[in-house]
Amino acid sequence: MKELFTIIAFSENHIGLLNRITIIFTRRHINIESLTVSSTEVKGIHRFNIVVYETREQVEKVVAQIEKVSEVMRAEYYTNDEVVSREIALYKIPLKTAIEENLEQLLREYDARMVDVQSDFVVIEKTGHVEDTEKIYDLLEPFGILQFVRSGSIPITKQRKELSTYLNELPRDEYA
Amino acid sequence: MEEKTRVSGAEALLLSLIREKVDTIFGYPGGAIMPMYDKMYDKHDLLNHILVRHEQGAAHAAQAYAQVTGKPGVCFATSGPGATNLMTGITNANLDSIPVVFITAQVPSGLLGTDAFQETDMISLSMPVTKWNYQITSAEKIPEAVAKAFYFAKSGRPGPVLLDITKDAQIQEFDFHYKRIKSIRSYNPKPTLDKNQVQQALDMMSQSKKPLLLAGHGILIANARDELMEFVDKTKIPTAVTLLGKSVIDEEHPCFVGMLGMHGNYAPNKLTNEADLIIAAGMRFDDRVTGDISRYAPNAKIIHVDIDKAELNKNVKADLAIHADIKDFLQQIVPAQYYTCNSEWRQEFKRLNEMEKEKVIAPELYPENGHLRAGEVISKVSQLTKREAIVVTDVGQNQMMAARYYGFKNPNTLITSGGLGTMGFGLPAAVGAQVGKPDKTVVLFTGDGGFQMTAQELGTVVQYQLPVKIIIFNNNFLGMVRQWQNLFNDKRYAQTTMPTPDFPMMAKSFGIESKWVRERDQLDNTIEEMFSHEGPYLLEVSIEKEANVFPMIYPGKAVDEIVLHEDQ
Ligand SMILES: Cc1ncc(C[n+]2csc(CCOP(=O)(O)OP(=O)(O)O)c2C)c(N)n1
Repeated sequence: MKELFTIIAFSENHIGLLNRITIIFTRRHINIESLTVSSTEVKGIHRFNIVVYETREQVEKVVAQIEKVSEVMRAEYYTNDEVVSREIALYKIPLKTAIEENLEQLLREYDARMVDVQSDFVVIEKTGHVEDTEKIYDLLEPFGILQFVRSGSIPITKQRKELSTYLNELPRDEYA
Repeated sequence: MEEKTRVSGAEALLLSLIREKVDTIFGYPGGAIMPMYDKMYDKHDLLNHILVRHEQGAAHAAQAYAQVTGKPGVCFATSGPGATNLMTGITNANLDSIPVVFITAQVPSGLLGTDAFQETDMISLSMPVTKWNYQITSAEKIPEAVAKAFYFAKSGRPGPVLLDITKDAQIQEFDFHYKRIKSIRSYNPKPTLDKNQVQQALDMMSQSKKPLLLAGHGILIANARDELMEFVDKTKIPTAVTLLGKSVIDEEHPCFVGMLGMHGNYAPNKLTNEADLIIAAGMRFDDRVTGDISRYAPNAKIIHVDIDKAELNKNVKADLAIHADIKDFLQQIVPAQYYTCNSEWRQEFKRLNEMEKEKVIAPELYPENGHLRAGEVISKVSQLTKREAIVVTDVGQNQMMAARYYGFKNPNTLITSGGLGTMGFGLPAAVGAQVGKPDKTVVLFTGDGGFQMTAQELGTVVQYQLPVKIIIFNNNFLGMVRQWQNLFNDKRYAQTTMPTPDFPMMAKSFGIESKWVRERDQLDNTIEEMFSHEGPYLLEVSIEKEANVFPMIYPGKAVDEIVLHEDQ
């Protein structure tokens, strides 16, 4: 059975690593739903946040392959309820419909906000779960969506032992 | 503390190699790598450079060199076509876990990304087939990059690495200072063996009536032949090997039961599906070994020991997956071990292997009439070399026959292309093996097709007077493909027949001694002549054109559906 998994990998910050990691997915014909790369609370260590819709068995194998990459310290996967994840979505709506229809109320009800108003369009922002940003999409569709973009999901894990503890415990590179 | 010296990047690279105890490089020059070759001119006495005839040859030679010496191979190529010519060899080394440090030159950093003359993006190209790669664009990065390259190549599960060095980085000067790497925080090459798992393995063994040990290449890589033999001698567990695991055990050992896989032996394949316990040691359950995986070893509990965590539960789900260096595992289990396998189970292997002997092996080794057969030639070579030679093969029927009939004895004496199955591997690999072990007899078994893919390396053989003994089995066919066409395509021999050159004449044009044998009564004499000749020798043997390699597990079949001959 396929479900959504969030894979988090911690790595050195090196050129080309993104490529090395994504080919692990493309080789196996796994579609990446979202991918973000960012710095972490530990200086010099980067994290990859990858969301895929796959079977647990495949995800396990992919995570093992990611962890095998020499510059990856650790890779793990989580189900939806093991992470708190959020994404930002932006929607560009024609000013004309935005004025005519009752946009204000919709935004209030769904905790979204208008972040920019121009002479012919407005930009709306929604931060939340993927389901939330999708829900707003459906509701805004009648207004006419000129542009829609989302950031990809960024996860915080719920587990007790913080990964930074582990990362800080790693020995430094050693030379003979 | 070492003194700093001001040197160019090119010189720094060579000094770094020397610090990594490199003494041999296989390579080919060109524009972007000229600064390095220029510096090499001064280092003739420290670095022995073997000039090949095609970069693919350098890659295969470097890999074979690594396999016979246990030291990483080193390979140089210029940017663009020089570098892309390495790709097959890099991939081959990657699939077979061989440590090779590939060094490619690159256009000056200012030209990167401009489609400059002879620019190829080697980092992107080689990414899926290297363990690690890195582009160096400034000279001061060289020492650390080389140190990392060797560390990654050799440690853990070994593999090829690639350093791509821009021309300006070779020319720039800087203060050279070298430090070897001891550890890298993101990389754990030596997993700690969980002692409880050793106990669990012992418990599983004590429950087992029909255990089977599958010994793979990992044991050779881990240098664990002695530990393996102690384990086998004590437990008397029937021991089968993979193709790359050949030579981990003396084939005359009473517990040796043969080779696994598509053209392996009858007994170990058949009995895989009867075994109640499989101990997979340093092998990866390749599909050529498992056949139809859904019907693989249905009655067995599986203990899988591998240093590469990603191999565990990848193809076959293990009941006990042990992430460890196989040497550590064997060292731990041997003293603890109290279990001995019963002799009835071993008898079953004997019985089935007798069947194979009668139906397949005897007719192959002692044919009374008809054309010469590869098996009888290999067997003769085996006797004459007392099973002590380093055997190199190409790919195809010649490879399977060499693996089946040489009768390996000493570790690391079969050099063959396993995971990639690269035709053209043989001759350059024989070059590398002979350079690595100048005092050993190196014998190459190759097909007429594969030989023609890299035949130009005869030039290298002559230039360095490498006394390799080359045996070409000429069946005027791309034999292994023809075999499949015979078995599965109604003998529709599409594009598998080709005329061959006069190989002895070709050899002679290079200055290599050579003969052509067609008749059985010429065979023994000529082989003896070949081995008493001091230098390189090429022997062309005309063999039965439509001989097939058996036994065989047909594609899609289960291991116990292995057949001894085609009408079975
Ligand atoms: C580079 C490459 N191309 C194609 C193949 C497919 N292939 C496998 S075996 C084989 C035939 C080999 O023929 P030959 O070298 O004459 O050896 P024989 O099988 O007759 O011993 C071919 C074409 C391959 N393994 N490698």
